[in-house]
Amino acid sequence: MTAPQNNVQTPEAKAAYDARWQRIMDCVNLKQPDRMPVTLFATFWLAKYGGITNRQLMYDYEKVKEIGERVVLEFEPDTHSPMVLQCALGPSLDKVGFKPLQWPGHGVSDTQPYQYLDREYMKADEYDEFLFDPTGYYLSKYLPRIAGAFEGLDEMPYLPGLHYLRMLSGIIPFTNPRIRESLEKVITAAEEVKRLNDHQFGFIEHMKTLGFPTSYGTTSIAPYDLIGDYFRGATGMMKDLYRNKEKLLLLLDKAVVFILRQTISAAKQWNHPIVFIPTHWAPDAFMSQKQFETFWWPSFRKLLIGLIDAGLIPMPLWESDCTKRLETIRDVPAGKCIYWFERTDMVKAFEVLGDIVALRGNLSPSLLTTGKPEEVDAAVRHLAENVFHKGGKLILDAAFGLPDETPVENVRAMYTAARKYAG
Amino acid sequence: MADMTEQEQNLVNWLADMNEDDAFALAKKMLLEEKVNPLRVLELCRNAMDIVGKRFEKGEYFLPELVLAGEMLENIGAIAKPLIIQAPGEAPKRLAKVLIGTVHGDLHDIGKNIVTFMLDINGFEVKDIGIDVPVKTFIDEIGAFQPDVVGLSGFLTLAFDSMKETIEAIKDAGMRDKLKIMIGGGQVDETVRNYTGADAFGTNAVDAVSLCKTWMGVAA
Repeated sequence: MTAPQNNVQTPEAKAAYDARWQRIMDCVNLKQPDRMPVTLFATFWLAKYGGITNRQLMYDYEKVKEIGERVVLEFEPDTHSPMVLQCALGPSLDKVGFKPLQWPGHGVSDTQPYQYLDREYMKADEYDEFLFDPTGYYLSKYLPRIAGAFEGLDEMPYLPGLHYLRMLSGIIPFTNPRIRESLEKVITAAEEVKRLNDHQFGFIEHMKTLGFPTSYGTTSIAPYDLIGDYFRGATGMMKDLYRNKEKLLLLLDKAVVFILRQTISAAKQWNHPIVFIPTHWAPDAFMSQKQFETFWWPSFRKLLIGLIDAGLIPMPLWESDCTKRLETIRDVPAGKCIYWFERTDMVKAFEVLGDIVALRGNLSPSLLTTGKPEEVDAAVRHLAENVFHKGGKLILDAAFGLPDETPVENVRAMYTAARKYAG
Repeated sequence: MADMTEQEQNLVNWLADMNEDDAFALAKKMLLEEKVNPLRVLELCRNAMDIVGKRFEKGEYFLPELVLAGEMLENIGAIAKPLIIQAPGEAPKRLAKVLIGTVHGDLHDIGKNIVTFMLDINGFEVKDIGIDVPVKTFIDEIGAFQPDVVGLSGFLTLAFDSMKETIEAIKDAGMRDKLKIMIGGGQVDETVRNYTGADAFGTNAVDAVSLCKTWMGVAA
């Protein structure tokens, strides 16, 4: 896949866009860029910057775009995150009746961020059903559990077996008013999500005309995290390492296949090669190295290789501290990935991985939210001197994007310091 | 463990080694068929949990083992506890009281639950007051429970301010000098500890146990 389509208006904007994108691609290709790129990843921090509530940010497409543009024009990052998709989710969540999240107006106050509810959305005795027929499991069990719009589909007819004329009588359940109502709700929700995506597409195009590329197109997920976070729940998954080991391993292998299909299709839709993959269960403290190498890494590596083979650039965000995992996660082709680290020491990551992947991160949230601008300046200088100027292909960012509470002067300090110490 | 029978030793080992099926079957047999004193079975469970805790501290066990150990203990406890005829003075002595909760605005509880479990199996009396706990609730609960240690948990960056407010309120209520305060969560570090005014921070359950033991003058 090629770089995002360049559709800029002026030669100056095109040149700026190309230069910014080239910096990122130089990092990916392990070439030294002309300066250390700095990226903007902001979600509810936009509400702070724009002086509105989180709830307004979640429900007002135009406001997100307006604030997003102001932020991009003030800080001039090399890339910006898909802010509309990340923030203005309220109307879509409402219409689909999304259950695993609490968001402003739905369980949390107007000034709080949305938060995921860790629950068991798949029961321990449902592995066989999921393994035999993932589509059927999603339709009749998973989706109705996580979204009100899908609830009626728990009475869907079982489609395998509807061969030849058997199909005729087999479709009678579609007359069920619950199924019909569900399908209508799903279509209404889908129309809202289409609006959301159209706003994001519009924002991307507009930013292009101003010379600013997007940092990634779509997201993906590690198979282990998919099952742990969104199906079995944290504690269910941890018990499964002992109680359902063989079935879990089978499901992780199967999940690679459908995650890859989903991700490659979405990357084409967004016409962007970089795939953001926030990881959750890889950290040193969460499981033993043996468990990591048995349960977490093999299916994730397959996913990375599958994405790379499809011409995409995986960008996993290694949450928390993954220092003990560095040697293991080195096992990917050189010059194909961006590894974004949250709490792992970036200098250490550079030492182990600097010849294999580009790096991204990682100003600490505590520093950004409670520190002074001069402390932010010193932290950027540390990364510039000890990683970028020593040959590390570092894309500067906060540890997990800008914390919502970050004072604007600290963000200014971050960008100013990046230019001061690394171009 | 020299004073254990072979059967008792098996129960401890199987629990400590995560051999859930054998351990549960044996505990059930001891309790329901052999009518072993349920307090003795629970004592054996505590011995096993001590081993689990030590293996966690040494980096041999991680969160999956703590979670499974907690569940095994709960399942055996569910059979044993109704069988207990409590005699005066038989209640196990607790080291100290710890009140724990996730601060207001934050709904995360996985880390807090694991800390609660680890403190409990290490001999502390723990009261978990849940998630998204308002400042006033902390104050009321501290007044009622009289803890030696308060644990404030939080995963989001918004928790920094919630922790700071909670600690300030504890101070304003005149309770600060009577207790130690520890904070924990994925984002906390020394900068956050300093910002919030807590006595210490921890990033895992072992830290929490060590802090409490140190504060209470128990060998950590």
